Amino acid sequence: MALDHHTVKNIARLARLQIDESNIDRYVSELSRILDFVEQMNQVDTAGVAPLAHPQGGRLRLREDVVTETDQREAFQKVAPEKEAGLYLVPKVIE
Amino acid sequence: MNWEPVIGLEVHVQLLTRSKIFSGASTAFGADANTQACAVDIALPGVLPVMNEQAARMAVKFGLAVDAKINRRSVFARKNYFYPDLPKGYQISQYELPIVGEGHLTIDTDDGEKTIGITRAHLEEDAGKSLHEDFHGTTGIDLNRAGTPLIEIVSEPDMRSAQEAVAYLKKLHTLVRYLEICDGNMQEGSFRCDANVSVRPLGQRKLGTRAELKNINSFRFIERAIEYEIERQIDILEDGGTVVQETRLYDPDKGETRPMRTKEEAHDYRYFPDPDLPPLELDEPFIEEVRRTLPELPDAKQQRFVAEYALSHEDATQLTASRDLADYFEAAAGATKGDAKNVANWIVGELSAYLNKENKEINESPVNAKQLALLIDRIHDNTISGKIAKEVFEAMWNGEGNADEIIADKGLKQITDSDAIEAIIDEVLARSAAQIEQYKSGQTKVFGYFVGQVMKATQGKANPQQVNEILKRKLDV
Repeated sequence: MALDHHTVKNIARLARLQIDESNIDRYVSELSRILDFVEQMNQVDTAGVAPLAHPQGGRLRLREDVVTETDQREAFQKVAPEKEAGLYLVPKVIE
Repeated sequence: MNWEPVIGLEVHVQLLTRSKIFSGASTAFGADANTQACAVDIALPGVLPVMNEQAARMAVKFGLAVDAKINRRSVFARKNYFYPDLPKGYQISQYELPIVGEGHLTIDTDDGEKTIGITRAHLEEDAGKSLHEDFHGTTGIDLNRAGTPLIEIVSEPDMRSAQEAVAYLKKLHTLVRYLEICDGNMQEGSFRCDANVSVRPLGQRKLGTRAELKNINSFRFIERAIEYEIERQIDILEDGGTVVQETRLYDPDKGETRPMRTKEEAHDYRYFPDPDLPPLELDEPFIEEVRRTLPELPDAKQQRFVAEYALSHEDATQLTASRDLADYFEAAAGATKGDAKNVANWIVGELSAYLNKENKEINESPVNAKQLALLIDRIHDNTISGKIAKEVFEAMWNGEGNADEIIADKGLKQITDSDAIEAIIDEVLARSAAQIEQYKSGQTKVFGYFVGQVMKATQGKANPQQVNEILKRKLDV
């Protein structure tokens, strides 16, 4: 399955990856090879096989609804590059 | 051309759990920024989500209440997008297999009852909050809300006017509070609504292109936003234009909607099953246990009020708008010797007016159900008239005591002594020769004048029936 330039650029944008225009040809061929490799799975007849939601099977473990966490803001914010009034500061997001 | 609006709603309901959906951090509203955001909520490396059982219970409770299919197996998926208030870079939600499948809700419209389809309701986590002001060119992030459990309730595009959309939303709002799965606080964002609005030529099956109106936080604004949007789309189509599929925000100050994001291609969420969470499997005992916790639902209660207390459809609807109000009514109706219909009138009329004026909820009423019942008893046993009762009620509201104390203190007891009333009537008649003349010549409207004079002379305390009877007897000779 061959990817085109546009798709590669779109994937990069969705993943917030900055890519060099000059490398796109290489990405197109490398990513296409990966897809070809995975494509082999389509040879298996999966009619009547339910989609797999989790590789290990099993069911979700549920916990009781109790508050077990204490305030650790100070510890967490030690690694934050910018903070003020208890808030994490990030570059301005405009909606 | 005649246009038909088509509206579907997506409602986000914050569940009233104590802790978050995938962590043990508190969900209490109003805490200091980021003091309730634990390692899981802020997505530190290596953390794993563990599902809150109560959130599943509440979602099932909702599903049962709207007669929906409860999926015995549902799957959590990652919805991928980048935004600073979503630290993981994905929201844990449900996609192909939601916990609640198809159900329905009945609303009242001008043309009678209408059933609105519910497509699904799925569990997901809320995001944090972005604060765009006051941080000198940066955005402040508070992750206390991140991880708060939500159910997103998606309706079918079954509504045909802004009024129907609001009726559906109010019904849903009443229901989630009855179920005690959400506090319904729209200002604090516990109950949020997005509306998908399109229009099509009347009679056409194919749906028009829709616009999505985001996060509108009051019933009034929702109605206005949808109405504005319907008009906007009709104007475009009638001018030969085409509606663009986009997300729009409602500006309550300007009373209009405007586009929010133009890059619609950005909506590529690349959902996939979350490898951290195996499927949620529910067994029959769990579902049956939840079913046993269902309260009497608003529709059933409303019908029972009509049948049991002989209330009108409207009164029963108003009184069942919240469980607290319905409980108040039943407590008062059970305690009084008077008519349940009178109790309903007092609650829907006087009491509601006082509550509205002071912006109070029924459980904050200074007059409790028993006290109201006593007041209605005093009307019933002719101690006071309905008119005087309003004066007594005001004093009760202001904390001046119970009905009996106020009636005694203010000397409001009704005059029921026929001789006393007759004496006053004679006095009034003695100085009303002209009016008597008019009355006898057939101007029976003057009767009201006599009643008024007697009431004035007794400061409203004469028993109105007796006044009427005695007056009639004296005048109609």
